[in-house]
Amino acid sequence: MPQTTITMPQLGESVVEGTIGTWLKSVGDRVEKFEPLVEVITDKVNTEIPSPVSGVLHQILAEEGATVAVGTPIAVLVTADEGAAGPATGVAGQRSAAGAPEPLPRGVYSPLVRRLAREYGVDLRQVKGSGAGGRVTKRDVLAYVAQRAQPASTGAPGAVVPPPAARVAAPSAVPPATLEAPEPVPAPATGAAREPGDELIPPDPVRRAIAQRLALSKQTIPHAWTMVEVDVSKLVAWREQVKEEFRRREGVELTYLPFFIKSVVESLKEFPLLNASWQDDGILVKKCIHIGVAVGLESGLVVPVVRDADRLSIAGLARTLGDLIGRARAGKLGLDDVQGATFTVNNTGAFGSVASYPVISPPQAAIITMEAIVRRPVVVGDAIAIRSIMNVCLSFDHRVTDGLYVGRFLQSVKRRLESLGPETALY
Amino acid sequence: MAIKTLLEAIREALAEEMRRDDRVFVLGEDVGVRGGVFRVTQGLIEEFGPMRVLDTPLAESLIVGAAIGAAAYGLRPVAEIQFADFIHPAMDQIINEAAKIRYRSNGAWSCPIVIRAPYGGGVHGALYHSQSVEALFYHVPGLKIVAPSTPYDAKGLLKAAIRDPDPVLFFEHKKAYRSIRGEVPDEDYVLPIGKADVKRPGEHLTVITYGYNVHLCLEAADRLARDEGIEAEIIDLRTLSPIDKETILTSVRKTGRVMISHEDTKTGGIGAEVSAIIAEEALFYLDAPIIRVAPPDVHPMPFNHKLEAAFMPTVEQQYAAMRDLARY
Amino acid sequence: MENRHAALGLTDDDVLKIYEKMLLTRLVDQRAWLLNRMGKVHFLVPCQGHEAAQVAAAWALRPGIDWVLAYYRDLGVALTLGSTPRDYLLSLFAKAEDTYSGGRQMPSHWSSPSLKIFTGSSPVATQLPQAAGVAYAAKLRGDDVVVYVSFGEGSASAGDAHEAMNFAAVHKLPVIFFCQNNLYAISVSRDKQMAVEHVADRAAGYGFPGVVVDGMDPLAVYGAMKEAVARARRGEGPTLVEAMVYRFMPHSSDDDDRTYRGREEVEAWKQRDGLPRFRDYLMGLGLLTPEADEALHRRLAAEVDAAAAYAEAAADPEPEDLLRHVYAE
Repeated sequence: MPQTTITMPQLGESVVEGTIGTWLKSVGDRVEKFEPLVEVITDKVNTEIPSPVSGVLHQILAEEGATVAVGTPIAVLVTADEGAAGPATGVAGQRSAAGAPEPLPRGVYSPLVRRLAREYGVDLRQVKGSGAGGRVTKRDVLAYVAQRAQPASTGAPGAVVPPPAARVAAPSAVPPATLEAPEPVPAPATGAAREPGDELIPPDPVRRAIAQRLALSKQTIPHAWTMVEVDVSKLVAWREQVKEEFRRREGVELTYLPFFIKSVVESLKEFPLLNASWQDDGILVKKCIHIGVAVGLESGLVVPVVRDADRLSIAGLARTLGDLIGRARAGKLGLDDVQGATFTVNNTGAFGSVASYPVISPPQAAIITMEAIVRRPVVVGDAIAIRSIMNVCLSFDHRVTDGLYVGRFLQSVKRRLESLGPETALY
Repeated sequence: MAIKTLLEAIREALAEEMRRDDRVFVLGEDVGVRGGVFRVTQGLIEEFGPMRVLDTPLAESLIVGAAIGAAAYGLRPVAEIQFADFIHPAMDQIINEAAKIRYRSNGAWSCPIVIRAPYGGGVHGALYHSQSVEALFYHVPGLKIVAPSTPYDAKGLLKAAIRDPDPVLFFEHKKAYRSIRGEVPDEDYVLPIGKADVKRPGEHLTVITYGYNVHLCLEAADRLARDEGIEAEIIDLRTLSPIDKETILTSVRKTGRVMISHEDTKTGGIGAEVSAIIAEEALFYLDAPIIRVAPPDVHPMPFNHKLEAAFMPTVEQQYAAMRDLARY
Repeated sequence: MENRHAALGLTDDDVLKIYEKMLLTRLVDQRAWLLNRMGKVHFLVPCQGHEAAQVAAAWALRPGIDWVLAYYRDLGVALTLGSTPRDYLLSLFAKAEDTYSGGRQMPSHWSSPSLKIFTGSSPVATQLPQAAGVAYAAKLRGDDVVVYVSFGEGSASAGDAHEAMNFAAVHKLPVIFFCQNNLYAISVSRDKQMAVEHVADRAAGYGFPGVVVDGMDPLAVYGAMKEAVARARRGEGPTLVEAMVYRFMPHSSDDDDRTYRGREEVEAWKQRDGLPRFRDYLMGLGLLTPEADEALHRRLAAEVDAAAAYAEAAADPEPEDLLRHVYAE
């Protein structure tokens, strides 16, 4: 026989349960439609529930005093006719999921992925994408970096390799440097044959990043090179005189580097094309002069930046260099310390070199070296004298300018270096 | 400590504050003898008398205006608007008066009032007993807006609101009143207004939500973790204004994927402001677009149960959105 | 001349002071208007014609004890309770030292915690429910406090006015609803504003007394206010006192009243100006001589001059001040 199940109704907004008061009918009683069936108590209202159908009370499922949740069956009626079905249950409407965003086309990357790629020196074209539509996600980049660090391992990527930022502070919310570095190009697949006894040293992320950067530089920038000899005898003598006093007073060494940088920076002001960058739509001449200073560490080369070097005196440069180089050696450089250089200086003379062919750091247009100061016999007038001679080498982007301009620049550097002496202001 | 419903927690906060500070009094329609149409203020008039538990005439502008005057005199009124849908006649007193008292008097006067109102739907309340009105006030400086999701949060935040020197709108989801239970300490405690709460930590995506949706998102997150090992971090805003930027941005920086979920309709809801903040301050931490999961821009919400169900957020909806975001 | 003030409990000194406040109000208002027409002050709400009603009403209150929710035409109330010409002039020039709002509000948006004058706003009638709330709070605390709230007959049409009066009546709150009926709400004349003759006619509908007085006669106003205050303090509840006045000037410095009322009407009302009439009363009783009156004029004019000079030279707020006091600091 057809049955109708009576459930606990919702009596009032926010009511979730009810208590059975008194059953007004007993099992076996006839009940007419709308006749009160049971008394229900909630904390909002007490009321009698009318029967939805006519029939006979077949079964009581909740006893007097029982508290049950809204929707719980409390009785069964047997009906002679096709009674009304139980209380309609709310059917959740079909609803489209919140519009899932369109997957990005290939070659388009999220801001996070691009930033990570820049920091780790990753060519995103090499990275397999596991995101929607094959998109490269943060996870994919980090997995790639981890796997890159251990090329022999197969299987799922393990723990994330700490970024080169282990030596550089964690990135802030501020977007990185203004000059957008071009996408790193893939290293050419070459290599000598591997033979027994050979040792394969996997490159750490720093080495890898440097390698890619250098390869990019040589592949995209037409390097030209030139050199001048500079007689720094006067400077050497003067520095001997003042360096002790300076160290006592300032607490930092007065090396040749601040003098060199000063001469370079003042010459850059006269010859700004070397403080520039070749771009697709023109030569971007930078207004600010931020000098990258190459510092050789055991772990590799790091290039902290002396910002606004043209606003510093020789003493100021010495102090700044002291701080930067100290922190570089202690591994405490921040991201801001290594970004934004517009021109690079390399003290190759520290290793004893008398001539070097430095590689330009993209997107800059030039790099200059200060070679070792060597006592040499030179012709002065018609006599031979012993002088302190220092070579200065320059690699430059030949798209940006030519030998004439560069020659004049170096002559300017030479002239300034040769004039440094007791009349020069240190501060 | 005991398990209490959201409603009981709110009632407890009111009673304790009224005992602690005799400047605190309650006013609104039916709050006295009836104990409130939802029974939130039940028992208060017996303990504190009809002057401190005032049955007002049916006049929302008066309810808020009188609260402002009483606060100026030195009392701490807790005004009740019977349903958030009825707050509109009091807009002028809230926006042009309460919010501006301190600013317009150059700090000479203040307006330490609380305006409580049940809001939200899913209770067959139709168009005039289901609205979410927080977005209408969000834009107004000088107001604070709180919308707790748990009994524990509700008690601590209502106490904070009553003790706050500035006007606080305190929205209570009516569906949660009796259906959400939780541990609530019996003693006095205050939670800070302006601090969100990470209800569930996770590393794969951030879900920013408030009110009843917190419970939908928590359930969806648990299922998603079981089904696919995706761990969603659920942030319960608790305070909508002033918003806790720090908690939000810390989570975004961790996960890179953000979903904002609320019952209020999408356009111009709180989610829009949260999205803008994240885009402005954490763009380079985003691995996916910010998504907002909210009902369509229609009037909340029709009486027919199928139409209501089509409007109201569901666990399935949150689940699907979280899953798709994690896979993006 | 019959002495009408002794019976009201006012001494000769009192009425001379009342006259002085009325005159001061007039002089300050005139100066403010001139400053505006000179382009030095951007906006003001003149009150000329209301002085008698305002000064007398305030005289019935206890400054610093009774609470005041004045409306923006209540210059006379402010000056009588203890606000100074300098205070008002600083608010006209919106200077940093402006005690009402630090230059944040338009002029005539009074505020003084020490004088118990609650901060006001521009949307009219919002102050009525607030006044009822103040009175309710005072009653809840058992304090002997009366609340004065004033408004024009136009504001009486707003819902807030109805809600406040109804509530005050239910709880017999110690509020005096002081309506300054000047027959115009900007340009909308009384017959378009209401169907009854007087706003006070409505009071009975709420369940409390309403009285109509000649607002150009300070003694009539004082008498009605004194009785209303006594009623309130006895716990008998609110009174609506409606003072019939006339606004000699436009609604504000941005209004041109020639577009909605004739000059004859204005001139006719100027004949009933409360200020010269009260002067005549005082002279008739021998309490004031023409010389004393002239000396008074000179003294008050000098006070106004000094206040205006000070205010004009005072510093503006700093731009950083913009950000303060949104929330408690």
